Amino acid sequence: MENLKRTPLAERHVQLGARMVDFAGWYMPVQYRGIVEEHRTVRTAAGLFDLGHMGQVTVGGPDAEPFLQYVTTNDVAALAPGEAQYSMLLYPDGGVVDDIIVYRCPSGDGYFVVINAANTDKDLAWLAEQRAKRADLDVTVTNVSDRTGMLAIQGPKSQEILQQLTPVDLQTIAYFHAAEAEVDGVRCLVARTGYTGEDGFEIYCPIEHTVRLWDRLLEVGAPAGLQPIGLGARDTLRLEARMPLYGNEISAEISPLEAGLGFAVALDKGDFIGRDALARQKAEGVRRRLVGFKLVERGGVPRTHYEVQVDGRTVGLVTSGTTSPTLGENIGLALVERDVAGVGKPLDIIIRGKPVRAVQVRTPFYKRTDK
Amino acid sequence: MAQVAQGLRYTKTHEWVKVEGDVATVGVSDFAQSELGDITYLELPEPGTRVTAGEPMGVIESVKAASDIYAPVSGEVIEANSEVVDSPETVNASPYERAWLVKVRMSDPSEVDALMDAEAYEAFVNEEGGA
Repeated sequence: MENLKRTPLAERHVQLGARMVDFAGWYMPVQYRGIVEEHRTVRTAAGLFDLGHMGQVTVGGPDAEPFLQYVTTNDVAALAPGEAQYSMLLYPDGGVVDDIIVYRCPSGDGYFVVINAANTDKDLAWLAEQRAKRADLDVTVTNVSDRTGMLAIQGPKSQEILQQLTPVDLQTIAYFHAAEAEVDGVRCLVARTGYTGEDGFEIYCPIEHTVRLWDRLLEVGAPAGLQPIGLGARDTLRLEARMPLYGNEISAEISPLEAGLGFAVALDKGDFIGRDALARQKAEGVRRRLVGFKLVERGGVPRTHYEVQVDGRTVGLVTSGTTSPTLGENIGLALVERDVAGVGKPLDIIIRGKPVRAVQVRTPFYKRTDK
Repeated sequence: MAQVAQGLRYTKTHEWVKVEGDVATVGVSDFAQSELGDITYLELPEPGTRVTAGEPMGVIESVKAASDIYAPVSGEVIEANSEVVDSPETVNASPYERAWLVKVRMSDPSEVDALMDAEAYEAFVNEEGGA
């Protein structure tokens, strides 16, 4: 564990009793008190996440917009200042380099892009390569990961907790929007985004203020039940909300259309890397679909890479699975051949060599009811 | 800090054994349940099943991971705890008491001598897990 990268909060996690693991080369907390308890805390109160392992890139210069239009799938031109969108970087064959969030800076000047920890080096190399190929564009791509701290506060009590530390009326920040705001006197970018299926915020701050903001949030949030949350619950929360995890639901071998992420692919916006491949896939129809399922008999917990069968024939693989803490059922996502996909249709999940009956269900598995 | 119950014998795969005559009651240790986290599924051998020391006899799954349960001793399963199968979280709450898993009529009670006592197991866990 000595060779792992550390966020400024590593010591805090250890003090809080976290179980620390190697996550994508980072020394990160997988759980503090237990995944199920932490999961329920986020669903019913609020949780605080250290996301210091995530990467951040700024894209600026007169041609920032055409450059991002060319390297990402979603329509950057549709973003108003302070607005954010889910998007992807693609390979020319339509496979996914990474899934990302693109924020148009609230000033209207330039973009802020958040990328996955496991893909940071690969993404930076990919962006540099595309940047070099497009010498016609006047654009600056800067890796700001080392100077950017990232925290998330997620759950129904998030707004009332964060509001105690900022003069900006958080009610004015809509879902998938961001604003510059002082949080406890520190200038931050505060975004109403997240990876849990709950209301909440992601906060980007100068890295040297991360520990103090973490401490202050836990302090003012304690009466409302705010607790630190590890990566274990982050995974069960995002799975219930059917949010994709790079490497599981999407990868170089799985296209956005197969993964049901067509909403983030603007085929009509003009040329972008991977567009031709996706346009062809769309015209021909995808061969595989990502579907949600739940087990309807005992037999274990579905896990990543478990085989999926119908009538004894292999039709795909589980991409993610767990025992849903909210539903108390064994749920999962699977990438299966198109002709077996459909809500209500059966699947067999092969667990330790034995078929366990499952039925396809609507996703997300969990949807919050307050908004 | 994982708790190690006195008077039991332990395996390196974190099962415990309580011996009464030629019957061994088997469970998993507090260290095991704490490493696995929230336990959501158990698969235990049916009464009548013959198990062999060191071989897998069941499965325990948590939100995080799946793991085999190994037979600490050889013999015939005479009882499996159906209550814990229906409420697997009992393993987290009470690994040494309510969450016993199976009772095995031992074919060779001397196999117990090869298992660690509480003191040796505690040292083993401290070395392995830093728990």
